[in-house]
Amino acid sequence: MLIIEDLQVKLADKVILKHIDLEIRPGETHILFGPNGSGKTSLLMTIMGYPQYRVTAGKICFKGEDITNRSINDRAAMGIGMSYQRPPSIHGLKTSQMIRLCGKNGMNVEELAEKVNFTSFLERDINVGFSGGEIKRSELLQLMAQDPDLLLFDEPESGVDLENIVLIGNTISELLQRHMKPTGDQTVKEVNKSRTRMGLIITHTGFILDYVSADRGQVLYDGILACKANPVEIFKQIKQQGYEECVRCAN
Amino acid sequence: MRELEKKAVEAKDKKASLGPDIDLREFIVDAPGHGSIESPEQLPEADKKRMMLAGVDAGEKDRSGTFIQKDATAIFSRSYVPGLEVLPIKEALDNVEWVKDYYWKLLAVDTDKYTSQAYKELHNGYVIRALPGSSVTFPIQACMYLEHEGLSQNVHNIIIAEEGSELHIITGCATASHVTKGLHVGISEFYVKENAKLSFTMIHNWAENVLVRPRSAGIVEKGGLFLNNYICMKPVKSLQMYPTTRLVGKGAVARFYSLLVGNPGSELDVGGRACLDAEETRAEIISRAITNGGNLIARGELIGRKPGVRGHLECRGLILNGGTIHAIPELIGKEEGVELSHEAAVGKIAQEEILYLMSRGLTEEEAAATIVRGFLSVDIPGLPAVLKAEIDRAVELSQKDMM
Ligand SMILES: Nc1ncnc2c1ncn2[C@@H]1O[C@H](COP(=O)(O)OP(=O)(O)OP(=O)(O)O)[C@@H](O)[C@H]1O
Ligand SMILES: [Mg+2]
Repeated sequence: MLIIEDLQVKLADKVILKHIDLEIRPGETHILFGPNGSGKTSLLMTIMGYPQYRVTAGKICFKGEDITNRSINDRAAMGIGMSYQRPPSIHGLKTSQMIRLCGKNGMNVEELAEKVNFTSFLERDINVGFSGGEIKRSELLQLMAQDPDLLLFDEPESGVDLENIVLIGNTISELLQRHMKPTGDQTVKEVNKSRTRMGLIITHTGFILDYVSADRGQVLYDGILACKANPVEIFKQIKQQGYEECVRCAN
Repeated sequence: MRELEKKAVEAKDKKASLGPDIDLREFIVDAPGHGSIESPEQLPEADKKRMMLAGVDAGEKDRSGTFIQKDATAIFSRSYVPGLEVLPIKEALDNVEWVKDYYWKLLAVDTDKYTSQAYKELHNGYVIRALPGSSVTFPIQACMYLEHEGLSQNVHNIIIAEEGSELHIITGCATASHVTKGLHVGISEFYVKENAKLSFTMIHNWAENVLVRPRSAGIVEKGGLFLNNYICMKPVKSLQMYPTTRLVGKGAVARFYSLLVGNPGSELDVGGRACLDAEETRAEIISRAITNGGNLIARGELIGRKPGVRGHLECRGLILNGGTIHAIPELIGKEEGVELSHEAAVGKIAQEEILYLMSRGLTEEEAAATIVRGFLSVDIPGLPAVLKAEIDRAVELSQKDMM
C-alpha cells in the first residue's frame, strides 16, 4: 500500500505540490490527469525519491514504512519502479545490458524484448537517439525486467503509434495484473482481490484507458489533487469541459 | 647514416615542443643484457603477470607471433605464420638491406632530444612486416618491458603492412613492479601500403614514476586502412605524444581511438594528428579521457588538403575526482570543400544518469561505475574480437582501481 499524507514538495524553491493526499491499495491502479505543468511528473519523481524534489511537509509511506527520506535505490529495492516521460540516455550502455541490470539473474532479455517489439534495439545504447515512441517501449521493457510492486507510468502511451499502443496497453495491463481472468470456481471479485500490483498512470490522451481497467482517476491541477472519481468519467469531463471546469466541479 | 648521426648529435639537447622537459642525464642508457628465452612461458611469473595486464599473453593463445624486449635486449622474437616477419631492429639493420628504406623516413631524427637519443643510444625494437597479400588474422604481440632501475629504454619499431595485406598488432608496454624510476623513448614508424589493413593496439601499463616519450608517425597509401588504438589507464608520471599520420593515397582511411585515465600525480599530454592529403581520404580521431586527480591534455588535429576529404574529431572528458582535462581539438582546412568537424565535451558524470540507474536498483557506486564503463566503451569497427576483449579487460582492470 502507498499512502501519501499532506505532502508538500518544493522544486528549486518553488512549491510545486501542495497538500497531496493519496492512497493506493494493493491491487489498485489509479490514473492521474492534469494540464501541462500541473506537477504530475513531479509527484511521480517524488514518490520515486528524486532528491531535487524536496519534501517540505507531509510523508510518504510504502508497505507500512515511512520512505520519505529513503534513497532512490532503497525504494527500488522495496518494489517501486517508474517508466519515465523523458529518461536520460547513457552512452556506451547497451539496452540489453540495461535490461540485465534492471532484472534478476536468469531472465531472458530477448524473450522479454520480443513482447514489446524491441529486440532490434537491444544492441543500441540505452535511449541514445531513440524516438519518442521507442523510449516508451524501452522504459516499459525496463519495468518488465524490474518487476516492481508499485509501477509509476509517466505518459506511457504518448507518441506511440497505433500498432504499438495495443502492445504497450496490453503489456501494462498484464504487469498490473488487470488481465487476470477467473479460473475454476473463482468469482471475478475474488480474482480482483488477489491482485497485488499497484499502479499510478499519467495520461493526457486517455488511450491507455482502452486497455487498462483502472480503479480510480484523479486530477492534479496547479499542484493540488482534486476530483477523485471513475477515470473514464473524469476523462469524459475533461474532454467536454476542460480542466478548469473539472476542478471547479470538484470544489 | 652519417647524416642521421650528425643531426642526432645536433639535436641532443633540443627540448620537445610539448610536455614537461626531461633531463636525460638522470637516466642511464647502459643496461645489463638479458639472455634470450625459448618461450615466453619461461619468463618469471611476476613478469608474465605485468605483461598480461598490457595485453601480452605468455601462453601466446590466439597470437600469430611474439616479440619481447626486456630493457635493452630483445629476448624473444618469433612468427608462427607464413607471410609475417618479425625481427629485432638491430639485427634487421645489420642484415636486411631494405630496412634502411624505412628507418627514420617518417620521423626526423632531430625532432627533439628523445628522437636524438633513440638514434644515438638505440637499444633495440622490432620490425614487423606482413608480406604482400598475406592476411595475418590473429594479432602478433609485442612487449617492451622495463625492469632496470633508472634506465632510459630506447626503442625503434618499424611496422609495415605490404600491399593488400592485413596485419593486427597488440603491443604492451609495462614495467616491473619494483621500478621506481625509468624513461621509455619509443620510435614507431608505420607504413600501410596500397589496400593494406593495419590495426595497432597499444596498451600501456607503466608505473607511478616512469616517464614516457613515444615518437611515432604513419603513412597510409591508396585504399589503405590504419586503425590505431591507444589505452593508457594506469598511473604514469609523465606521458607526452602527438603522432602524425599522413593519408597520401586516394581513399586512405585512418582511425584513432584512445582511452586515457589521469591518475593522481600523472601528467598525460596525448593526441593524434591526421593529414588528409589525398582525395577521398577519411580520418577519425576519438578519445575518452577520465581524470581521477591527474592532469590530462587531449589533443587532436585534422588537416584537410583536398576537396571532399572528411574528418571527425571527438574528444570527451570526464572529471571524476579532481584533476584537469584540457581538450584541444583543432581543424585546419586548406581547400574549399573539406569536411572537418569536431565534438568536445568535458564534464562530470551526469547526476540524472546516476539517479536513473539508482531507480533501477543500483547503488550510487554501481551506477557511477556503470556510467564510466559505458563512457570508456567505444565501438571500434574492424577490430578483431581478441583485441576487443583485451581492451575490455584493460578497462575492467583499471576500473577497479579507479572507483
Ligand atoms: N528545475 C526547475 N526549476 C523550476 N521549475 C521547474 C523545474 N522543473 C520543472 N519545473 C516546473 O514545475 C512544474 C511542474 O512540472 P511537471 O513536470 O511536474 O509537470 P507535468 O504535470 O508533468 O507536466 P506535463 O503534462 O507537461 O508533463 C512546471 O511548471 C515546471 O515548469
Ligand atoms: Mg510530465
